[in-house]
Amino acid sequence: MSESTPGIPGSGGQIGIDTWVEQSDERIERRGGLAGQITRIWERIPAAGKLALLTPAILVPFLPFVSEGNLFNYGLFILIYALLALGLNVVVGFAGLLDLGYVAFFGFGAYIYSFLSGTHTNKGHVYSHHWDAQWSILACVLICAALGLFLGSSSRRLLGDYLAIVTLFFGQAFVVFTNAADPYGITNGSNGLANVAPLTFFRGHLTISTTRGYYWFLLGCVMVVLVILYCISESRTGRAWKASREDPLAAEMMGMPVNRLKIMAFSIGAAIAGLAGSVFAAAQTGAFPQNFGTQVLILIYAVVILGGTGSLTGMLVGAFVIIASNQVLDSTSPPNLARVLFYLALIAAVFITMRRSWVKMLIAFAGTAVFGLVVHAIVDAVWSRGTAGQVTSGGFLTGVIRNWVLLPTNPGRLAVYGYLLMIVCVVIVVQLKGWWRLIALVPTLYLTAFVWENLLVQNPAVTRYVLFGALLIAVMTIRPQGLFGTAKVEIG
Amino acid sequence: MKSALGQRLGNLGGLALALVAFMFYAVYFSPTQGWTFFFQLTVNGIILGSLYALIALGYTMVYGILKLLNFAHGDVYMIGSFIGFGVLTLLGGPLNPAIPVALLVACMFVVAMLGSGLLGLAIERFAYRPLRDAPRIAPLISALGVAFFLENSALLLFGSQFRNYDGFDLISYNGIYLGGDTGVFVQYLGLIVIIGAVLLMLALLALVRWTRLGKAMRAVSFDREGAAMMGIDPDRVIAATFFIGSALAGAAGVMFGLLFSQIYHLMGFLAGLKGFTAAVVGGIGSIPGAMLGGILVGLIESWAKGYLNGNVSDLVVFGILIGVMLVRPSGLLGTPALQKV
Repeated sequence: MSESTPGIPGSGGQIGIDTWVEQSDERIERRGGLAGQITRIWERIPAAGKLALLTPAILVPFLPFVSEGNLFNYGLFILIYALLALGLNVVVGFAGLLDLGYVAFFGFGAYIYSFLSGTHTNKGHVYSHHWDAQWSILACVLICAALGLFLGSSSRRLLGDYLAIVTLFFGQAFVVFTNAADPYGITNGSNGLANVAPLTFFRGHLTISTTRGYYWFLLGCVMVVLVILYCISESRTGRAWKASREDPLAAEMMGMPVNRLKIMAFSIGAAIAGLAGSVFAAAQTGAFPQNFGTQVLILIYAVVILGGTGSLTGMLVGAFVIIASNQVLDSTSPPNLARVLFYLALIAAVFITMRRSWVKMLIAFAGTAVFGLVVHAIVDAVWSRGTAGQVTSGGFLTGVIRNWVLLPTNPGRLAVYGYLLMIVCVVIVVQLKGWWRLIALVPTLYLTAFVWENLLVQNPAVTRYVLFGALLIAVMTIRPQGLFGTAKVEIG
Repeated sequence: MKSALGQRLGNLGGLALALVAFMFYAVYFSPTQGWTFFFQLTVNGIILGSLYALIALGYTMVYGILKLLNFAHGDVYMIGSFIGFGVLTLLGGPLNPAIPVALLVACMFVVAMLGSGLLGLAIERFAYRPLRDAPRIAPLISALGVAFFLENSALLLFGSQFRNYDGFDLISYNGIYLGGDTGVFVQYLGLIVIIGAVLLMLALLALVRWTRLGKAMRAVSFDREGAAMMGIDPDRVIAATFFIGSALAGAAGVMFGLLFSQIYHLMGFLAGLKGFTAAVVGGIGSIPGAMLGGILVGLIESWAKGYLNGNVSDLVVFGILIGVMLVRPSGLLGTPALQKV
């Protein structure tokens, strides 16, 4: 470990008092600029006030540009993933356990709801229970909590990585169970369960079947869960979780029942996932095995990691950013939207890496523009096929792209090499410092645009997963606390 | 308290007993009884197991030195397989290769091993090195990201269709029969795989035991800070470990392609899980343990396929994984971990 603590050199200090740690709060207070200002205002808002900031979301369905489909694709998914992230946050953020089988609880919730409140026939059995939603949702939550108890109890003996692999296997086993095993036809194999009843409470006196209804119901769920989790995290249990996350051994020495705390975290997380799953099944009137694969798991993790583990606000913001971009990059949404998002993300990335110096940032953008024009002109003169390709659904950007990005008529292999070269370039850019980095950045940006236009834009659905994978690595290495998590005060 | 050696011998004795008992059941009492069937499955299992052993070595080396579960290892194996395929296609494909077959296969192995080794280096440099002193959970999440990144990059670059190595066209369908014309059939390809895997493992053992690098690796794995104080550069040793482990995975990828012909972008996930199972069963951190565990997992999978049914073989393997982790987390040849206060 390093001897010196970064901070105030030569400040001396008394024996037994770590000045740097003690002044951590003051340092945050002192942070200047707009960011510091916003942080300070944000910190000063009480928790109830923060929750109140969420209330305008009730009005979202009335906005003129929000259609029924948009509300389903964006609103419902963001809220469902926010719920899932809040649940996973209990396990990963509060208790510090890596649960890679979390998505199975989501699946269990959806399947149990579909089974109890739907109709299906398979292998000669007819399942038509049609329970009221309040009972089947309660059953989902309770069964998932029990399953979480079961899975969590394996964490008594398993530490860190072993726990991760056992939970990963649990998730895989769930997919096998629904897909292939299918005892007595209760999961209907790979066809999944369709014909699920909408949320029908109290023998039909209250029915939620419209997208708006689901949106409001989910928003209510998110708020209730937020309040509950806030209370838990500020309680004795929440503090004990954080203590056992930081150092299980020390926590145990202080008399905390570490094992019970872990199992509890698993169970609460699973219960929230069950709730999310049941509403999800009702909203899409079905539950299918492919809804609960590894990709969903990565999405939830991306939300939690970007938002900042341990922060409730972070989960909502993370869900908004990740799920909105996930849906924009879906193959069914208009491709030009994906393009705009991609370039915006690229610009934002440059913005963040170059935020120290406006001059460099300007040079980077201008240099890339000029570089592109020059390369385009040279290739146009030398090899005319290199610029003769078509712009894939360019929208209002068609003209710019055609005259700036190289578009070979048959990019296939060139695009693949471009992709590999792009990865190498990114690697180089990260290695370099100062002006060299700027010089390397310009062709890298241009190459990224080339790869996007020739390869990625045709496959936005795959691209998004590549990006989320890269995001997990980048957040972990650059800012492990995510957007809203609190950076740890390390005692060196 | 029993000595560590005594415990290992006890484990091995118990294992041998279980295997003999299973053999008797399989040969005399199972519905598909008979020596030939049993030994045919056993041979297939050993061939499969040597692949798993090669993958498990990478896991176990990295775990031994960094205490990190490298989720991306299975995907390095997949990339190695694709690199081998690329070399094969560049040199004319399996039907009319541009250079002699032996040389072609050697080329595939060398390039794939180098390529995956470099990939391993890059992964270590970018995803794990910045997190050396972070909490345990951070590199795991980063590893998850790497795995996802590699899988989807492969999907993007190579598409979702299967690629065919056509290993049998390259090396022929022939093999030898052990014990007469109705005896156990061993393909030449299988033999090549076994011999190749054994050679690589011996080379690795020699490297770890007798070279300076091996000594440094053992030292860093034992106590990183202590090794650093003795003048060993831990970063360099860790990078070398990643290179070697990933190169072995690349070799396993090419072997898989030659044996089973079809490769695709998701093949790394399951193989990685099984390699990890092998590493845990053998005792994570132990190199001979990884070899033993690999062969065992291969055997169990092959037997489960033969005597039970193809769908449940994976479930059996993972059931064993969970059982071993719960009952004997230190595995067959590992040393029980002491928790330092």
